[in-house]
Amino acid sequence: MATRVLLAKVGLDGHDRGVKVVARTLRDAGFEVVYLGLFNSPEGVAAAARDEDVNVVGVSMLSGAHLTLAPAVVAALGDLGLDTPVIVGGIVPEADVDDLARAGVAAVLTPGASAEEIAATVARVANHGAR
Amino acid sequence: MSGVPLEPVYGPDDGEFPGQHPYTRGPYASMYRTKLWTMRMFAGFGTADDTNLRFKELLRAGGDGLSTAFDMPTLMGLDSDDPRALGEVGRCGVAVDTIADVADLYRDIDLGAITTSMTINAPAAVILAMFVANAEEGGLDRAQLGGTLQNDILKEYQAQKEFVFPPRPSMRLVRDTITFCTAEMPRWHTISISGYHIREAGSTAVQELAFTLANGFAYVELARQAGLSVDAFAPRLSFFFNAHIDFFEEIAKYRAARRIWARWLRERYGAVEARSLQLRFHTQTAGVSLTAQQPEVNIARTAIEAVAAVLGGTQSLHTNSYDEALALPTEHSARIALRTQQVIAHETGIANVADPLGGSWFVEALTDEIEQRAEAVFAHLDELGDGSLLEGVIRGVEEGWFQSEIADASYDFEKRINRGRRITVGVNDFFEGNDASEPALLRITHDDERRQRERVAAVREGRDTSAVTAALAVLRGEAERPDVNLLPPLIDAVRTRATLGEIMAALADVFGRYVEVPRI
Repeated sequence: MATRVLLAKVGLDGHDRGVKVVARTLRDAGFEVVYLGLFNSPEGVAAAARDEDVNVVGVSMLSGAHLTLAPAVVAALGDLGLDTPVIVGGIVPEADVDDLARAGVAAVLTPGASAEEIAATVARVANHGAR
Repeated sequence: MSGVPLEPVYGPDDGEFPGQHPYTRGPYASMYRTKLWTMRMFAGFGTADDTNLRFKELLRAGGDGLSTAFDMPTLMGLDSDDPRALGEVGRCGVAVDTIADVADLYRDIDLGAITTSMTINAPAAVILAMFVANAEEGGLDRAQLGGTLQNDILKEYQAQKEFVFPPRPSMRLVRDTITFCTAEMPRWHTISISGYHIREAGSTAVQELAFTLANGFAYVELARQAGLSVDAFAPRLSFFFNAHIDFFEEIAKYRAARRIWARWLRERYGAVEARSLQLRFHTQTAGVSLTAQQPEVNIARTAIEAVAAVLGGTQSLHTNSYDEALALPTEHSARIALRTQQVIAHETGIANVADPLGGSWFVEALTDEIEQRAEAVFAHLDELGDGSLLEGVIRGVEEGWFQSEIADASYDFEKRINRGRRITVGVNDFFEGNDASEPALLRITHDDERRQRERVAAVREGRDTSAVTAALAVLRGEAERPDVNLLPPLIDAVRTRATLGEIMAALADVFGRYVEVPRI
C-alpha cells in the first residue's frame, strides 16, 4: 500500500507555494497525499493524522514560529496516542535543527531540497515507523 | 567617465518618449535625472520600540521613506495575547495591537514629512484608522499625511493568503478606504496593487502582470460603482511589482504594465487626467530567488534584480538582504541591501539617461508579447464576469482559478530545476561552498512576545471599558448597513484604545470569516 502523507500549514503563516510544490512532488513520486490547507492548529493536525490514518505528517512553516509550533504538533499527536513521525519543511536556521530533533521532529527539509531528497526523506521516515 | 556628452533621452523624432502616452518608456519625461527612485526599505520586527529604532537607523543611513512590516498576528487581525498568536508575535514584522503601538512605532519621526508605507491588507482600514487617530493626537491634520496603505485584498485570496473576511465584505472595506481618503487625505495612496506576492507564490511574470492589472481594474470598477469619478481616485492608486532574476523579461513586464494601464484607463474607464493614466510602482527584489545555499551569492542576485527594476522605471525600491532565505535580516545585511541601491544610483551612471533600453529590438518585442499575453487573461476574466472585471476577478477567486494557475506555474518551475533544465547556483549546480557555516542571523526571542503581551495588557488596564464596548457596538451596527463608510466609526473605536483583535472580531460578527478550500 502506498505511504500516506498528511501535509498542513500550521499557525498564521499563509505562504503555501512550498507546501503545494511538495504535495505535487510527493504525489508524482507515488505517495498518497492529504493536504489540510492553511491555518491549522497542532491539535487539528493531530486529529486529521488519526482520521486519515497517515504514515507521516509534514508541516510547513516560514514565519519563524517552528520552535513553538512543531513541538506542539508532536505533543498533540502524542496526546492522541500516535507516534506518527513529523517532518518540518520551510525556513529553519541550522541552529534550530537540533532543537527540533530533541523535540521529537523526525526530519527537517529546508529551501533548495530536491524532489529526490524530499521523496527519500519521507520514505525513510515512514519506514522507520516510530521516531 | 570619458566625458562623452549625454542627451537626457534618446529616440527617433517621431517616436514615443518617456512622459508621453501610453508611458511605455516611463511616467515622467526626465525620470531619474531630476529625482532618483525612493530607497524604501521594508522593516519591522519585535515590538514597536524595536522597529522604531530600526526605522531611525535606516533613515540615518540614507533611506528616505519608511515601509512597515507587520507580524502575522497583526496581518490576521489578532491581538498578541490571542492563543492563536503564540510563537508568532513580532517574528515576521512588528506587532501592533492598539493605537499606543502605532504611537511608539513612529515616535520622533516627522509624519508630515516622511512618507510611510504600510503592508497590511485584511485589517488595512483599522490600521489606517489607528495611523490617522495617532497623528491627530500628535497635532497633525489628516490631510497632511502622506503614505501608502497596501490594502490589496484580492491578491490575498489569490496568493498571499492573509485574509479574514470573505471577498465581498472585504471589498466593501476597500471601497470605504478609497472614498474616505479621496475626500479627506489627498496625499494618501489608498491601494498598492500588488503583484509581488503573486510572483512569490510561484506565478510567471506574465501572470504577475495580468493578475495584478486585472485586480487594478476591479478596484477602479469598485470605486466607480461607489459614485467616484475615475480621475478623482485613480491618481492615488499605485502598484507594487516583483523584480525576479529573468532580467529582460522583468524590464519588459514593467514597460507593458504602464502601456496597458494607460490604455485601459483612458479607453475603458474614461480617465482624462495624465496622473490617472501614469502607472507608478514600487519594486521589491524577489525573495523567492534567494537561496539558503551560499547565501552571500544572494547579494549578486539582488543587485541584478534591482538594476532590472531601475531600467524598468520604478519609483521606489526595496532590496532584499542576503540572509532572508534563512531568517529576517540583521542590521548588517539590511545595510548591505541599501548600499546595493546606492551603488546602482550613484556609481553606475544608470540615472543619467531616461529609459536607456527604449528601442532595443529585443526589449520592445518582449514588451509587445507580454502585453498580448496579458490581454488574453483580461479577456478570460471579462467573460467570467459577464463584462465586469470586478465580478470576473471575484468569481476567479471564489472558483480558485487564480490559485490553480499559480500553483501550476510554480510546480512547472520547480520541475525544471529538478530536471536540471534550469540552473540555480548552489542549489542544483556549483555546490562548492555549500557546507560553509551559516552567517550570524537575527534572533527574535520569546522575550519580545512576552513584552508585547505586557504592553497590550497595560493598555487594556488603563482604558475606559464602557467606551470601548459602546464604540464596538456602534461599529457592528454600521457594518450591517452596506452603504455606510466604516472609517469614521473605526477611528472612534481606536481612540477608545479598542484593540485590533476586538475590532476585527466585531466586524467578523457581521461579515463572517473566509475559509479557503484546500487545493493542491
